[in-house]
Amino acid sequence: MKVRIKFSKTGVMKFIGHLDMMRYFQKAIRRAKIDIAYSGGFSPHQIMSFAAPLGVGLTSLGEYFDIELRTAMDEEAIKERLNQVMAEGVAILETTALADTAGNAMASVAAAAYEVTFAEGTVLPDGWTGQLTAFLDQPQIPYHKLTSKVSRMLDLKPLLYDSKVTEEKVYLLVNASSADNIKPIFVMKAFFESIGVTISEHSLYICRMETYGLNGDKFVPLSALTE
Amino acid sequence: MRKLALKDEYLLLAEKPARYIGNEINSIQKDKETTAIRMALCFPDVYEIGMSHLGIQILYDMLNSWEDVWCERVYSPWVDMDRIMREASIPLFALESQDPIREFDFLGITIQYELCYTNILQILDLSGIPYYARERSDADPIVIGGGPCTYNPEPIADFFDLFYIGEGETRYRELLDCYLENRKQGGSRDEFLLAAARIPGIYVPRFYRTEYYPDGTVSAMKPLAEGIPARIRKELVDDVSHTCYPLKPVVPFIKTTQDRVTLELQRGCIRGCRFCQAGYLYRPVRERDVDVLKKYAITMLENTGYEEISLSSLSSSDYSGLAELIDFLITECKSQHTNISLPSLRIDAFSLDVMSKVQDVKKSSLTFAPEAGSQRLRNIINKGLTEEMILEGAATAFEAGWSRVKLYFMLGLPSETEADISGIGELANRIAAVYYETVPKEKRNGKVQIIASTSFFIPKPFTPFQWAPQATKEAFLDKAYLTRKSISSQLNQKSIKYNWHETDSSVLECVLARGDRRLAPAILEVYRKGCIFDAWSEHYRHDVWMETFKENDVDISFYTTRERADDEIFPWDFIDCGISKEYLRKEWHKARSAAQASSESEQLVTPNCREQCQGCGAASFRTGICVLDKNI
Ligand code: SF4
Repeated sequence: MKVRIKFSKTGVMKFIGHLDMMRYFQKAIRRAKIDIAYSGGFSPHQIMSFAAPLGVGLTSLGEYFDIELRTAMDEEAIKERLNQVMAEGVAILETTALADTAGNAMASVAAAAYEVTFAEGTVLPDGWTGQLTAFLDQPQIPYHKLTSKVSRMLDLKPLLYDSKVTEEKVYLLVNASSADNIKPIFVMKAFFESIGVTISEHSLYICRMETYGLNGDKFVPLSALTE
Repeated sequence: MRKLALKDEYLLLAEKPARYIGNEINSIQKDKETTAIRMALCFPDVYEIGMSHLGIQILYDMLNSWEDVWCERVYSPWVDMDRIMREASIPLFALESQDPIREFDFLGITIQYELCYTNILQILDLSGIPYYARERSDADPIVIGGGPCTYNPEPIADFFDLFYIGEGETRYRELLDCYLENRKQGGSRDEFLLAAARIPGIYVPRFYRTEYYPDGTVSAMKPLAEGIPARIRKELVDDVSHTCYPLKPVVPFIKTTQDRVTLELQRGCIRGCRFCQAGYLYRPVRERDVDVLKKYAITMLENTGYEEISLSSLSSSDYSGLAELIDFLITECKSQHTNISLPSLRIDAFSLDVMSKVQDVKKSSLTFAPEAGSQRLRNIINKGLTEEMILEGAATAFEAGWSRVKLYFMLGLPSETEADISGIGELANRIAAVYYETVPKEKRNGKVQIIASTSFFIPKPFTPFQWAPQATKEAFLDKAYLTRKSISSQLNQKSIKYNWHETDSSVLECVLARGDRRLAPAILEVYRKGCIFDAWSEHYRHDVWMETFKENDVDISFYTTRERADDEIFPWDFIDCGISKEYLRKEWHKARSAAQASSESEQLVTPNCREQCQGCGAASFRTGICVLDKNI
C-alpha cells in the first residue's frame, strides 16, 4: 500500500535542511511504529520518496512525501500516530492512499505556490505594489542567475504562472518541477534590482503554501493526485 | 513557538544552523518560573561531537527527572558562529530555552580531553562569565567540571568553582540540595562552596593550596578550610544495573559522530595495560545485567527511531553476557531493520562469526591494537596480545572473506628500541603473508590491505607510566621515519599503508595532562591570542602554545621529558581514584625490570582481574569484580 503524506514545516524547523528532514522522517516512522516497506540488499532502506526539496530558511504548509507500507493501515491512523511523535514545527496535515498507478511524489511535482512577506521594519518604496504588478506583467522577466562561476540570463516569465500583490504579501505560483523550477527569491530579487532598491534577503519571509501536480492541464495539490 | 537567541540572518550565515536551535526529539522543555534550579550541561566541542557523548546524556536524563531542576545543553559554537556572536555581542545561550548561560545557577562542563581547555575558556568568555573562579560574583553560575581530565584538574583548577570527581550519578542531588539550602539561608557563593567541599567527591580548588620545592616539584597540597578532606576520593556507582540510564536520549536533526543508540555494557576494564588511563580510572569493572541491557535496547530504539545500536565499553569482549546479548540483538534487530555496530572486539572465532552476521565482510575491516611492534615491548606495557593470537585471528578472518586489516601502534613507549619499531613493519608483513598463504589466488579479492597507524605515547596520571618521560618531538619524528622505513623494506610493502598522528599536539597534551596550577595563566593567554578547537588539527597552532609557554616561563620539558623520581609528589596525588600509588609504582617497576630482562620468558606480566586479583586498591569500593567469587 502506498500513502502520500502532506506536512507543514514552520518555526525553527525552517533551519533543518532537506536531507536532514528525510532522516528525521525515517526515525519518526519508526517511532510511530508504522510498518513501512524496506528495500532489499545488505543495507536496506525505507521506501520513501520526497516531492520538491525546500531550501533552508523557507517554511512550508504544503510539503509531501510518499511511503510504501508492508501491511496496509488506515490513513487516518498513520496521521495520528505520526503527529504524536513530531517535533514542534512539523505537523502531518493529510494522509491519502495512492493507487498503484500513481506517479511518485517527486516526479509528479509541476508547480508550487509561495507567499512572500516582509520582516518587521522593512522599508519598501512607496508604490511598490503597482511597480511589482507591472514588473510581473511584462512580456519577459529577465534575471541574472549566478551559479558558482557563470552568470546566465534567464527569462522567468514562462515559469511564472500566477501572481497577486498586496501591501502585506506577494503570492507567486511558479514552476517547481525538477527540470525547470525557479525559486521565488529570484523573482523578488529581479524586481528589486529593476527598481534599484537593495533589500536584504533576510527581510523576506518565504512560505511555500502548496505543491501542485498536473491533472490534464490543471494544477491540483499533490494530495489530490492519487490516481 | 520558541524564540531563538540568534536572528535568522545569523543562523542562515552559519554552516549548520541546526547546531544552535535545539527543538530535537526528546529534548526537555520546562517552565523556568517553576523550576528552582537551572543547570546548563556543556561539552566544550562542536555540537556533533558533544551530542555523541553518553555521560552528558546520562546526567541530562537524571537531572531532568527531578522536578525542581531544568537541565539544558550547550556546546562550543563553531568558529563561524563564534565570530558572528562576538561581532554582534550575542551571549552564549542554552539550546532548550535559548536563554543566556549567565542566568543559570550551574554550568557543568565535561572535560574529556586536554585539548579542549581553550574551548572551556571560549564558553566562559561568550557567556560573559569571568575566567577565574575567584573573580565571579553571586550573579554568575557555579562552574562545575567533570570527566576524565578532572583526575588531574590542576592546570585548569583556577577556572572552576568546583570539580565533581568520579561518576555523576551519585552526588548531584546532595550538591543541589546543599545549593538550595544555602539560597534559603541567604548564604553567599563562598558559603555554598565551602559546604559543597564537604560533600564526598567534590573538590573546590580555592580551598586548597599547592606548595612547591625549589626544583619546581610539588611539596604539598594543603586544605585551607576546616572540615574539608585532604584527599578527594572518586565517586562511583555500586550497582550499574540499578541506576539511571537515558532511555529517551535526545535525537539530533543533523548527523552526529555517534548517530545511534548507545548501550553501555559495563564500566571499567579488567586488563591493566600500563599506558591506559581509562583502564585504571574506572576500576573496578562493574557489569550491567544482560536482561537490563536487552530491555534498554528495545526501549531506546522505540523512543528514538534510530536505525542503529552500538555497544560501548572499554573492552567488550570481556563482558560476560556478550554472546547472549548479541544473539538477542541480532534476532530483534533483523526484523526491525536495525543495524548493530560492534565495538572493536578481540578477533577470535566467536567475534568473527558475530561480525559476519552483522556487517558486510567485504567492506568491513579487522582491527587489532597490538600497540607495540614486538612481544618484548608488549610485555612491558602489559598488553596481553601475542603475535600468535594476531596471526591466527587474521588467518581465520581471511578464510572467512575479510581482506582489510587495521593495526594500531604507539611510538615512544618507555624503553622502546629500534628493533621494537622495526617490529611494526615485520608484523604487518607477516599478516600480509598469512593472507597470501591462506587465500588461494582465485578466491582473492585483489590485494590484502593493511593499514598501520601510529600515535605518540603520552604518559598519563594514574597509570604506571605516570613516572615515565615522554619522548622529545625530534625523537618522535625519527621514530615515525623509522616506522615508515621498516614498512617500506618489507616484501609485502605494497599491501601496507602507513598513517601517523601529529607530533605537536601530543607534546601539548602531555604538558596539560601532567601539568599543575602554574599553567593556568599561559592557557588563558593562548586563548586570548585566538586559539580554540585545539583538538582539530586545522585549528591547532602549536607555535602559539610554545611561544606563550616561553613568555610565561613555563619550561615544557619539566612536564614532558623529565623522568620522575619514585617518591615525587604529583600535582594529582590529592585525588584518590581508588588505585594505590604503591600499586602503580609496583607496576612501573615491573615494567622497568621487564625492559632489562634478557628474554621474553623472564619478563613479568600482570594477570587481569579475572585471572587473579592484584590488590590494586579498588577493592576498597567493595563492588564489581573485586567482590565476585572468582572460583565460580
Ligand atoms: S582490587 Fe583486584 S579485582 Fe579489584 S580492580 Fe584491583 S586488581 Fe582488579
